[in-house]
Amino acid sequence: MDSSPSRLLTREYQSAGAISGPLLFVERVQQALLGEMVSILMPGSEIRRGQVIELSEKHTVIQVLEDTAGMSLSNIRIRFSESVAQMDLSIDLLGRRFNGSGVPIDHLPPVIPEKRLPIPGSPINPLARAKPSHFIQTGISTIDGLNTLVRGQKLPIFSGAGLPAKEIAAQIFRQAEIVEAEREPGEIIRKSGDPHKFAIVFGAIGIPFREAAFFIEAFEESGVADHTVAFLNLADDPTIERLLTPRYALTAAEYLAFEQGYHVLVLLTDMTNYCEALREIATAREEIPGRRGFPGYMYTDLATLYERAGRIKGRKGSVTQIPILTMPDDDMSHPVPDLTGYITEGQIVLSRELHRKGIYPPIDVLPCLSRLMNQGIGKERTREDHREVADQLYALYAQGRDARRLESIVGAEGLSDNDERLLEFAGLFETRFVNQGRQKRTLQETLGLSWELFKTFPAERLARIKPEFIQRYYKQPAK
Amino acid sequence: MTSSKGSIVKISGPAVVASGMREAGIYHRVLVGSLGLPGEVIRIEGDRATIQVYEETTGLSLGEEVVNFGEPLMAELGPGLISSIFDGIQRPLALLLREQGDFISRGLLVSSLSRTLRWNFIPAVKPGEGVIPGDVVGTVQETDRVLHRIMVPPGISGKIREIRPGNFTVEETIAVLEDGFEIKLMQRWPVRMPRPFKNRLLPKLPFITGQRIFDMVFPVAMGGTAIVPGGFGTGKTVAEQSLAKYARADVIIYIGCGERGNEMTGVLEEFPELRDPQTGRPLMERTILVINTSNMPVAAREASIFTGITIAEYYRDMGCQVALMADSTSRWAEALREISSRLEEMPGEEGYPTYLATRLSHYYERGGRVVCLGKEERSGSVTIVSAISPPGGDFSEPVSQSSMRIAGGVWALDSDLAHRRHFPAINWRMSYSLYTDLLDPWFQENVAPDWPRLRAWLMEMLQKEDDLLEVAQLVGVDALQDEQRVVLEISRLIREEYLRQSSFSEVDACCPLQKQVWMLRILCRLNDFLGESLKKGNPLDGLFHHPLLLEAARMKEHPPEDFDAFGRSFLSRIDAELKKGAVSG
Repeated sequence: MDSSPSRLLTREYQSAGAISGPLLFVERVQQALLGEMVSILMPGSEIRRGQVIELSEKHTVIQVLEDTAGMSLSNIRIRFSESVAQMDLSIDLLGRRFNGSGVPIDHLPPVIPEKRLPIPGSPINPLARAKPSHFIQTGISTIDGLNTLVRGQKLPIFSGAGLPAKEIAAQIFRQAEIVEAEREPGEIIRKSGDPHKFAIVFGAIGIPFREAAFFIEAFEESGVADHTVAFLNLADDPTIERLLTPRYALTAAEYLAFEQGYHVLVLLTDMTNYCEALREIATAREEIPGRRGFPGYMYTDLATLYERAGRIKGRKGSVTQIPILTMPDDDMSHPVPDLTGYITEGQIVLSRELHRKGIYPPIDVLPCLSRLMNQGIGKERTREDHREVADQLYALYAQGRDARRLESIVGAEGLSDNDERLLEFAGLFETRFVNQGRQKRTLQETLGLSWELFKTFPAERLARIKPEFIQRYYKQPAK
Repeated sequence: MTSSKGSIVKISGPAVVASGMREAGIYHRVLVGSLGLPGEVIRIEGDRATIQVYEETTGLSLGEEVVNFGEPLMAELGPGLISSIFDGIQRPLALLLREQGDFISRGLLVSSLSRTLRWNFIPAVKPGEGVIPGDVVGTVQETDRVLHRIMVPPGISGKIREIRPGNFTVEETIAVLEDGFEIKLMQRWPVRMPRPFKNRLLPKLPFITGQRIFDMVFPVAMGGTAIVPGGFGTGKTVAEQSLAKYARADVIIYIGCGERGNEMTGVLEEFPELRDPQTGRPLMERTILVINTSNMPVAAREASIFTGITIAEYYRDMGCQVALMADSTSRWAEALREISSRLEEMPGEEGYPTYLATRLSHYYERGGRVVCLGKEERSGSVTIVSAISPPGGDFSEPVSQSSMRIAGGVWALDSDLAHRRHFPAINWRMSYSLYTDLLDPWFQENVAPDWPRLRAWLMEMLQKEDDLLEVAQLVGVDALQDEQRVVLEISRLIREEYLRQSSFSEVDACCPLQKQVWMLRILCRLNDFLGESLKKGNPLDGLFHHPLLLEAARMKEHPPEDFDAFGRSFLSRIDAELKKGAVSG
């Protein structure tokens, strides 16, 4: 990292000049570094932590990770660490549990570092990136069939308060496996890859204990606890620490992936809490607020997290991210989901309407998207008809929803034959295709089910599918 | 080049203030701190200069040195640009990869163009000849399809004293003027200053994209400006990439400005594989990529647009038709906003600086078709296609609005269409082109005399469909008259089979102009056919399953090579059916 002249004395200052919200303004500081970590010595033995976020001749601005309650200008001393936030890394991270700023909370000793890296990370040179193209079978039809996840992708779940995002996330990591297409056309699917080289990094950002416990239990139940690294910042943990938690998690993930060759699945939940912490600091710094008070640089800031997913040429591992966020008031145009969607490679959107109907997983496929889907599917990767089946399902379901709207206005009598068929299809699609419950479906099963649903229509209505595929899959009797 | 030194007194994100900078000028290039991070002066107060730093400032500390070079940020222009992949401040990513490894670290200064590669220079003028700015003194075959003209730089003229053919590096002198000025293969140009030309031309030639919705419905002129606004997931990037692949242009400059790394990987892996439909040569032989992904430093993102457009102007000056794709301009505007807010400037709308519209229009106006400098009469153009990512997909925000005021073509993307997987998800109600009147004469003369009529027919059908759907919402489709249901059916075919064009289809990804015309003629004729058959008393449901309709529904997969013959025979088959009178279902 950056070399700065070594100093003989520990630098401690008592010159705090102002305290405002989570910010501490210290005067007459010599040679502080931007991003430097500091300890704040409170009266008694308590130590709080902070990070330098702005430097000027007048003062050094420190964001305090914990509360500033109880601090006064005279009762604290600030000790500078002379280094930016770094993380100790080794293969022994696996199976461990840390708090939101990388301190072990599982009563085990600290990790003996093989490597130490700054937590903000560095951008991957775009030329070094390998194209993500390995299909990950999640066992969920709406994802595998319609919004395929591939290794190295970042695919967030847009949830709403009370919707089962965590169950879906847990189901994904429980069922996820890498499968490869056989070279025979039309036939799938063979497991591959080394199961021992699979790891989960879990970053809990301001979520309640209940949810964190759900995940921890789920890891244990599915036997992946040994391959999990957890960073927990819970709802009652320091707010500002939430800005660091995902960075620790991603630094661990990158290390495991690119140094140790693991295929890492990163779960970050809940990104809305992260963004609110960001807003809190921005407001405290009296920055000019953007939409809904979030700072103008939130896109750039989120990008420095989400972009830490991918594969690198010549290295074995990969980082796949599944961030979860809660859309306030189910509003997808809220800045948090909006900016996330502009950075991530698609999104999985949950619907309250489907949830109320008792459909699980309540994934509304219309606003969902996987941008890397085409790279991971098709003859060589999944099955030749995958793309066209997905397009056809989308087109028909969208028309079915239109027909449903029409029905609510004109009544069932006003519908044409075609509209009635579309209506029937939309119903079947939701109750059979989407509503799979907690069981796992292979891609083969998902595609088979799609063709079954297509039989609601005569073959010539399937305009988005090549005649040869219709010949091969539609004309054959169902199993 | 004299340099002076100052020292850091304030650090706030990408903005750094240094004192002792009395000699600095606005937009002068500086190196910041012991790591030597590149930056640019953007404000001066007394001896203090505010600097936007092109790299992450973490770890900097007060008192570190700032070196001022007394010159602005320059682009290096010369042979070797084509096929290159640069970051926002024109550093070759391949070189960064070699020097730093897979992750980009800080403080590496490298040349944009290779200093060791030799190019075969063939002179075009002789000693004793007088030259003025823009005159071509010779050529270098840069790639198989790009002949690089070595021009006398702007502001330089005189008589050639010596000039010689041979293999040269970009820094070697290839010609000397009588006043001693040395012409090299490479010239440098400040990126924020437009390159000069003789005069502008009216944009009367079309920018041909191979996409039906663009060429037929909303055409943009060569040298024109189109914007592609759309919320996330509406297919901006795919649209931009289709244009980069199939548009007719001599040189394509693709700026990935604040976008996704994995998507750029798609471009990087795909483009070298792809062949140009016209010449059969690899697409990279006409492509330059400028890539600053969203997690790369924000100030370099701000510069990336200027780097890209300067390179575009340079090829324009040679007489090339250049297309510049910027994905996305909103990210550039956000970089502007971020830096402006660090400067504590008074914000305008949505926190953007008040000079947003000015900056945007300066950038868009660097596009255009011009008569180039030089004695030889030649013209070149820069066509700008600029993606815009409005927050929440709401086009009322400042970047979309400011861009719409300037752009001649608006290709508005629609999330509803995207949800239906109707791509390109161009909303035909909100999109428009101001170039149609200028371009129609060209289309009529060079493609088909009925071109404007077909477009008018298409728009009319879609408008009728809109009106009818509103009625159908109230009374149900069954309550519509048969004639009206014909309109619905034909406009469905227009939408599904004509406007929808898959960039993943081997046959249909690029649709030549002739095929565009024939497809529309067929649909237009089918409309007449249905109308007349109805009058003869044929039942509607049978007509909707008529083999001709079903065939038309798949015609876009018919190869373009013999589409003329296919179209002609299709029309005559429709006529034959009509003559038969009764139509079987």
